[in-house]
Amino acid sequence: MTGHVSIRLASERVNHSVSSSNVLPRFYTPGEVITGTQDFMRGHGTYAEDDCLKSSVAGVMQKVNKLICIRPLKSRYVGEIGDVVVGRILEVQQRRWKVETNSRLDSVLQLSSVNLPGGELRRRSVEDEQMMRMYLQEGDLISAEVQSLFSDGSLSLHTRSLKYGKLSQGTLVKVFPSLIKRRKNHFHNLLCGVSIIIGNNGFIWISPLMQDLMIEESKDEINNYESQSVSKSDREAMARVKNCILALVASKMMLDDTSIMFAYEESLKYDSVKDLLDPEAMLDIAFLTQHKINNIMDE
Amino acid sequence: MPGPDLLSSQGLRLDGRRPNELRRIRCKMGVFTQPDGSAYLEQGNTKVLAAVYGPHQAAKSKSSTEGVVVNCQYSMATFSTGERKNRPRGDRKSQEMSLHLRQALTAAIKTELYPRSQIDVYVEVLQADGGAYCVCVNAATLALIDAGIPLRAYACACSASMAWHGGQPEPLVDVGHVEEAAGGVVLTVASLPSTENIALLEMSHRLHMDYFDVVLSRAMQGCRDIEVILDKAVREHLAEGWTKEDVVTI
Repeated sequence: MTGHVSIRLASERVNHSVSSSNVLPRFYTPGEVITGTQDFMRGHGTYAEDDCLKSSVAGVMQKVNKLICIRPLKSRYVGEIGDVVVGRILEVQQRRWKVETNSRLDSVLQLSSVNLPGGELRRRSVEDEQMMRMYLQEGDLISAEVQSLFSDGSLSLHTRSLKYGKLSQGTLVKVFPSLIKRRKNHFHNLLCGVSIIIGNNGFIWISPLMQDLMIEESKDEINNYESQSVSKSDREAMARVKNCILALVASKMMLDDTSIMFAYEESLKYDSVKDLLDPEAMLDIAFLTQHKINNIMDE
Repeated sequence: MPGPDLLSSQGLRLDGRRPNELRRIRCKMGVFTQPDGSAYLEQGNTKVLAAVYGPHQAAKSKSSTEGVVVNCQYSMATFSTGERKNRPRGDRKSQEMSLHLRQALTAAIKTELYPRSQIDVYVEVLQADGGAYCVCVNAATLALIDAGIPLRAYACACSASMAWHGGQPEPLVDVGHVEEAAGGVVLTVASLPSTENIALLEMSHRLHMDYFDVVLSRAMQGCRDIEVILDKAVREHLAEGWTKEDVVTI
């Protein structure tokens, strides 16, 4: 393997911080007493001991009336009903799939909560059960929505909408779930000819623009789509979006369609996509994006 | 019982420290991107990397409905000691260390929150210069905090030894390799300093009962000192990773 390799000294590392404000919130660390009184309710990241409310993670406090939560900088994905997630099939079981969604327990996709090819809401027959592996097999990536939460905290997913389902060609980027901004819409077609699914669980799927594939449901079409080759310009655009996301993540900036699009615009001044992996370039992009976002917020 | 000569006539130790001084601690959180949490910690010349994966779905054989299963792996790099090691992990000593590590960390983690889950902690000793177990516990604590796993309190570990100075017993905190090798007793304590709970206590040799209390209290003081240093590092790490937008007010 030949190529351009750069290894830097630890002392020459780039500090990725783009924080503009000097005011830091109050941080709590594990075991620290938050309040001595019993007037408050115990939320996530806290526990009660010796008549005191103590923090159990390192992060900032969020208070809703009397409920106190401590939110850590990063953690595993904690699902909420209605979240869009991207996941990977781990196992095919009796009438259900096990899906890995960066949650602390594996998620479940029931056979009854998928749209089977052929459309319409029809009864699941024994044949369908036998065909499960044909539809989704181990290692496949899917986009889905959280349908409900089980009592032990694991998630039940569904794909009963045309926008969800199996993902075929594209790139997966994994980031911390806490960096994803909750939005009404997590499916975006960016102007640069790339569509992205920003999963609430921190998995981001980047793929070439899906024209009207999802609308046509016949199985042949999907097979066709899988074998279609993606043009070089599309690949470059996807790689660029991916590197932009990595740049934002390195500076721990929140991700949504606006910030990704801003970062993409800023990145265009670098001709070659691989230059974006340079730490200085990453910082530059993150800094300019932060600046742009601040400008919009001020207006 | 005059032990080996660990203190000079001026009351300084072999590496120039005073009896109650720790070695210099330097650490960094979030050194890897792949694991959920990671940390690097060096205490003097003892250097350790820790990585935490989880909580994730437990393997069926290990799964417990009571609480999370903590799975530790202690390994020493082949180049970590003066004499090259042949087996970085899996030998008796590493297995024992893994068990001890698990005991200390299980005491700190709020295990009851995550039934049917598992947390994997991997520590790698890059350079061993005494007190490797203590440094591993401290590094693993930082990695757990980095992963956002709920803890009761910081788990800190510290060692202490015993020397004679002018006919008086003088406990030494944070024992280095040279002092360990000199043959004195080494008491290792893993504790939750803010709650004063002891998670693990281990002694290498015999020690007269009369001196046990002073040595133990010196080790506990060492744990408290380490907690202060770790806490400062965690706050600095949080401040670094915080951008304005993150502060969501509901």
